[in-house]
Amino acid sequence: MNEMNEVRKPPVATTGIIGWLRINLFFNWTNSLITLFVIYCLYQFIPWILDWTIFSADFKYNYLGEQITNQEMCSRNLDPENGGACWAVIYVRFYQFIYGFYPKVEVWRVNLAYFMLAFALLPLLYTKLPYRKYFLYFTYIFPVIAYFLLNGGLGFTEVSTNKWGGLLVTLVLGCTGIALAFPIGIMLALGRRSKLPVISMMCTLFIEFIRGVPLITLLFFGMVMLPLFLPEGIDMDGLVRVLVAVTLFQSAYMAEVIRGGLQAIPPGQYEAAKSLGMSYWRMNLLIILPQAIRISIPPIVNTSIGLFKDTTLVIIVGILDLLGIGRGTLADTNWLGLSYEIYFFVSLVFFIFTFGMSRYSLYLEKKLKTGINMGAD
Amino acid sequence: MKKLLSIFAVVAFAFSAHAGTLDDVKNRGFLKCGVTTGLAGFAAPDDSGEWAGLDADMCRAVAVAVFGDRSKVEFITTTGKSRFPTLASGEVDMLARNTTWTISRDVNLGFEFVGVNFYDGQGFMVPSALGVSSATELDGATVCIQTGTTTELNLADFFRLNGISYEALPIETNDEGKENLFAGRCDVYTTDASGLSSTRAAASNPDKWVVLPEIISKEPLGPLVRHGDHQWGDVVRWSLNAMIIAEELGITSENVDAQMSSNVPEVLRLLGVEGNYGEMLELSNDWAYQIIKQIGNYSESYEANVGPDTPLEIARGLNALWTQGGILYAPPFR
Repeated sequence: MNEMNEVRKPPVATTGIIGWLRINLFFNWTNSLITLFVIYCLYQFIPWILDWTIFSADFKYNYLGEQITNQEMCSRNLDPENGGACWAVIYVRFYQFIYGFYPKVEVWRVNLAYFMLAFALLPLLYTKLPYRKYFLYFTYIFPVIAYFLLNGGLGFTEVSTNKWGGLLVTLVLGCTGIALAFPIGIMLALGRRSKLPVISMMCTLFIEFIRGVPLITLLFFGMVMLPLFLPEGIDMDGLVRVLVAVTLFQSAYMAEVIRGGLQAIPPGQYEAAKSLGMSYWRMNLLIILPQAIRISIPPIVNTSIGLFKDTTLVIIVGILDLLGIGRGTLADTNWLGLSYEIYFFVSLVFFIFTFGMSRYSLYLEKKLKTGINMGAD
Repeated sequence: MKKLLSIFAVVAFAFSAHAGTLDDVKNRGFLKCGVTTGLAGFAAPDDSGEWAGLDADMCRAVAVAVFGDRSKVEFITTTGKSRFPTLASGEVDMLARNTTWTISRDVNLGFEFVGVNFYDGQGFMVPSALGVSSATELDGATVCIQTGTTTELNLADFFRLNGISYEALPIETNDEGKENLFAGRCDVYTTDASGLSSTRAAASNPDKWVVLPEIISKEPLGPLVRHGDHQWGDVVRWSLNAMIIAEELGITSENVDAQMSSNVPEVLRLLGVEGNYGEMLELSNDWAYQIIKQIGNYSESYEANVGPDTPLEIARGLNALWTQGGILYAPPFR
């Protein structure tokens, strides 16, 4: 009788690795066929890409053991049968990719700014950080510090923004655009939903106008038209003009994203807040916005990632961001024809940043449980 | 749009016509020179972040003329679209940016081309396996052509004049043209000859491609300044001319010191030993000596950046001196 009570194990085919494979990859014959096809493609592709990017690639020296200083010395140009990628171009140009033409003696300032950026982001990203309050103070003053560090002043030698380039420009544009657009976007979203017709109309007009033109147009306007309108003597820096254009563009999109979140808040929340005697600002700051922003996280991150990638458009107004430096490198007669390596590297850097952003947003969503049906009760 | 831009340019110019550009440059302590965002042989950053190329040398020559120091120049990158407003608004003192000298740019946009530092023209590149030796044999070929450019119009004209047909494969960028040609999707790629040379140099096996001898358009590329400031225009013009004259007279960066005791009157005038030509330009009297010493003559700059020994392998051709079969000709230095 004892045997009868023994718990019988489920069939082998439904548990463990085999079970998982059966359910996920070989559920029926179409499923199996697709799986086999994908495996075949990966089998064809992965060894080749690994070989090209790593095993046959030159990093600093070619297969003769010489240090590579131009494209003719790359293994794949010496021996087209055997060579892989020629990463030496990235190695040689790494400084330019990261800092642009920033003077070498002053580069510690950029490094310090990068380092401090990480510190400034820390309390924003991890709410459980000990002593978060003090870290936040630092975050608030970081933009001022970064400005003086990068640009000069307060005893630092001035480094004209013409000398900025590469990842530095990409990060300055991306971070400033995203950081400034967020509060402006919130104000615009609230303004558009305002009951005061003038405010609502002005905000709507601004959003629709900015959203109605491509970013390139705004960049051109900032770069080309603005200096013609400014009176002689007022010389607005090129990077600042681009920053203004990027921020305006991003704020309009951010406003619409947040307005979407605002509209998802059930009217009961407003009524409840008002019945407690809250003012407009208290109601929005304490009740409405926290909920609205919480449900808007995926689209907020979405537009932020979009902006980060759109910063590459500044090449058309003559600012050399990461991609621009890559193109400039391709125009050097020493490195002609290495476009695969350079575009691969640039896309890898962009992928690291955007993938980081998207993973962080997933973490936030999980932490804040944005998926629950709010207002159900 | 063009008309609108030129109106803005004129308005901006009206506001900016005050003290001379030369004084502005001297007071600022460095020259602001507009260049491309990167074009092989003409202006591109090298490994240490220094700008190099034929146009970059032009900028440096002017900096040397004014300050006697080749490093006193800030390169401002401009694109095909942003270059003219950048110059018009005074953000740069001059452009040395592969800009074709045309009547509308010279007159209507309110700029002044001070000379030509490279004679370019539209050419054709084909795979050598095609066995074609002249563009007139290209009947029925598929041609990769950048849309919205003057090259497109020149191409149509050329084929119509020769009574042959072609099929256009429209592309947007030089890179795209390169990829399409190398992949065999078009038989011919057409753009400026200097661009073809850099495309050819970027190929994994340059010998598989030939640039055909026909040049079907005039593209004189030269430095330009804002209209109206003749003193500054003269400085830029004669900085270029000094390099050309130096080649004519056989003065190089190597032998310039020895040439100081030459017995040729024009050499002595150019190097500032005799006469006061520097003063006339409000420069120091050894301005041309410094250009030749620090940058070199035209030939040295050409050979180092685009000449046959560089990957671009552009023969002197039209850019040879008038005494050597080209059309490079500078007014006498007297």
